Amino acid sequence: MQFFGGSAAAEMTPSPAAPPGTATGLAGNNANMLYIFNRNGVCLLYREWHRPLHTLDAQQDQKLMFGLLFSLRSFTAKMDPTSVDKGNLGVPLLPGQGCSFYSFRTNTYKLSFMESPSGIKLILVTHPKTGDLRDALRYMYNLYVEYVVKNPLYVPGSPIKYANRFILYAIR
Amino acid sequence: MAPVVPRSGDAVFANVERVNAELFTLTYGAIVRQLLTDLEEVEEVNKQLDQMGYNIGVRLIDEFLAKSNISRCVDFKETAEVIAKVGFKMFLGVTATVTNWDVEGTSCSLVLEDNPLVEFVELPDTCQGLYYCNILSGVIRGALEMVSMKTEVTWVRDMLHGDDAYELRVKLIKQVPEEYPYKDDE
Repeated sequence: MQFFGGSAAAEMTPSPAAPPGTATGLAGNNANMLYIFNRNGVCLLYREWHRPLHTLDAQQDQKLMFGLLFSLRSFTAKMDPTSVDKGNLGVPLLPGQGCSFYSFRTNTYKLSFMESPSGIKLILVTHPKTGDLRDALRYMYNLYVEYVVKNPLYVPGSPIKYANRFILYAIR
Repeated sequence: MAPVVPRSGDAVFANVERVNAELFTLTYGAIVRQLLTDLEEVEEVNKQLDQMGYNIGVRLIDEFLAKSNISRCVDFKETAEVIAKVGFKMFLGVTATVTNWDVEGTSCSLVLEDNPLVEFVELPDTCQGLYYCNILSGVIRGALEMVSMKTEVTWVRDMLHGDDAYELRVKLIKQVPEEYPYKDDE
């Protein structure tokens, strides 16, 4: 796979096609939904591949998702038994303070989460038996940089419009 | 997968796509020249360069984070080191040194001995107030703002003004905590 931004991203990041622990990786129709949020809670990108049930309208759904992640991060930092620097539950964390979770699993799905220090949040909802997707998320962050941030027509903070190419790579 | 924080940007620098240094220098020179023609006031050019740098920094931070594998810096001291050793190396191909910390550890100087932007540049008498590399201070300000640090970046020494090195003063004003972006009644 060749990027126009040089081969660095491709070399640095492992191929997302086969994360360890999965038979099919992301490719085998494993992913259900993908969300990308920025630091202000704007949903930059939402895509779904397999989601038979919609209970809320899209905006409500995205807001809830962001809220869940926001609270969960604050909660995980509070519960952290290893660190002294906790902050109070509900009190906003400074960047770098506390810890961050990277996935949770229910009996029907698994949610994988990555947040960059600049506040970009990548969320992937997949089959519950999917393995560790952190490498895949990192890879997608690299794609975001190549195709979105480096696009001069893209206004930072606005939803990603011409996402087709980005998505095509992401789900491979 | 705890990413190891690189202590230098050499590895990243070797991997990213680069442009010819002279082309880069001359392009930047042409931009500054054009700004001087368009805006006429040196002060306005400084402002415009800073704004351009800010807009670059806001985007550049994501590339920096993605390529360098840096997760989070513990404090501002580490941040300054990372900018000097990794950031400058990655995007400019030079490294800076961090010195002159104040007592509270909130402001420091980044000293550049070598600056690829100013090859072939001489300031004419009419432009003595021009901070030719003001774009750099904007980049740093923009990038740090995206990782929740409000900073103030000023030039202390400038080789084009006859000093022996480039010195950028970076002052941390405050760290902005993450906030819940939605209001309740929305």
